[in-house]
Amino acid sequence: MLEFSILLPAILNGLTIGAIYALIALGLTLIYGVLHIINFAHGSLLMLALYGVFFLHSLFGIDPYLALPVAAAALFGIGYGLQRFIIGRASHGKDENILLVTLGLSVIIENLALYLWRSDTRTIETPYSFEVLDFGVAFIPVPKAVAFVGALLVAALLWLLMTRTDLGRAIRALAKERQGAKLVGINAEHIFAMSFGIGCACLGIAACLLLPSFYVSPQVGHAFVLVAFTVVVLGGMGSFVGALLGGLIIGVTESLGGLFLGESLGQLGIFLIFIIVLLFRPTGLLGQKA
Amino acid sequence: MLEVRALHAGYGEVEVLRGIDLDVAKGEIVALLGANGVGKSTLNNNLSGIYRPTAGQIRFMGQDIAGASADSIVASGLIHVPEGRRVFPNLTVQENLELGSYRRGRDKRSANLERIYGIFPRLKERIAQRAGTLSGGEQQMLAIGRGLMAQPELLVLDEPSLGLSPLLVEEMFGLIQALNRDGLSILLVEQNVVQSLAIAHRAFVLEHGKIALSGAAADLLNDPGLKASYLGI
Repeated sequence: MLEFSILLPAILNGLTIGAIYALIALGLTLIYGVLHIINFAHGSLLMLALYGVFFLHSLFGIDPYLALPVAAAALFGIGYGLQRFIIGRASHGKDENILLVTLGLSVIIENLALYLWRSDTRTIETPYSFEVLDFGVAFIPVPKAVAFVGALLVAALLWLLMTRTDLGRAIRALAKERQGAKLVGINAEHIFAMSFGIGCACLGIAACLLLPSFYVSPQVGHAFVLVAFTVVVLGGMGSFVGALLGGLIIGVTESLGGLFLGESLGQLGIFLIFIIVLLFRPTGLLGQKA
Repeated sequence: MLEVRALHAGYGEVEVLRGIDLDVAKGEIVALLGANGVGKSTLNNNLSGIYRPTAGQIRFMGQDIAGASADSIVASGLIHVPEGRRVFPNLTVQENLELGSYRRGRDKRSANLERIYGIFPRLKERIAQRAGTLSGGEQQMLAIGRGLMAQPELLVLDEPSLGLSPLLVEEMFGLIQALNRDGLSILLVEQNVVQSLAIAHRAFVLEHGKIALSGAAADLLNDPGLKASYLGI
């Protein structure tokens, strides 16, 4: 049963989906780390991005990978606007308000999608949809390999942004010390919205990387956001490296779980790991103590 | 340089400042003295735009800044080094200093970094250390260094000696005087009366939200009213 030629493809497959989980979780953990809120609209915004990429392809024939800059910019704009003009204003500084506002947004976006596009599951076909890369020991579909490399590249860029630019330093400063940040001239509302926008831009990129090998429907966000929440908690709330590591662990666990327990029970392992981590390391793998 | 006229401010229903008049001229050290809870920090937070005053004027370099946003006040050159330091604990010493020039003085960043490491060699030794792991005295140096990175026209220092050992307090006042000799205007908000008056040119004494006494620092030192303000006699 534990034959190498079966195990290795499952692990590689798990890593590719894990990288996408990581990308979605990076957006979630960035928003949590700075704003200290859990963005319940994260899954709906991913769904919206997937539809955007889908229609760019089906209506205008634009390849999902070429649509990446457009999708990232559009989702950034949506995220910035949502935080600056809706979530921030409606919250009046209360966290429970923010939770309800993002939850409400997700309900609105999802039902709007159901109304406009019905609950059909849609896929696209690209010339490379069924191409595979031969790794000798395993075949990996081209879209999944691209998704893996793309997600890791975005994670690296995000890390550079957070550590090497004034914007990144301002985001991290604001996350821990709001008054100090204001006193060096950081415009808190603007930086909050930038963080939300960057977190959402990750979703736009994830959508472009996902669609060639995945589907879109109004409920598609649920499948990812639940896992992404798990990844964030597993890695440590607000930790970037934790989200990346957590995403890969969860991806591989899911894939191996599917191999041993069957597709429908594949996610069982995720929640087992999740519970064990919470029992023995409540702050997550790389989380800081409160 | 800074003129505060009939300033009223507070928190919600509670009025803390009830008509403050105060001014700082270019090149001066002006001390603002007062016991705990008389409104010193409220005044600072209104000067720096963290809170908005309810009435009155704050003119800085010829512009009315009362109620302006904190970042535009930083841009105009009024830099507030807050009580409790408020350094960024999760960032390194160097990153803290770099963010000091986030809104102002960015083009002179590397020159100013060198200058500040010259003033505070201790910070240079801890360049890559997270600010949260520094001692209280080092955090105070970092907070002042971060303020200096913005090339302030006026530096507002809120209780810089608070929580420091007597030896460090001495050092801190020496440093403030040295910065002033280099041409920096300073509003020094302190509880430490004797040492503040020793380096200040003029002083104001705040009592129950109003200015109770003001004048040349040397005269105030011998004023019986000063003792009364503090001891409530």
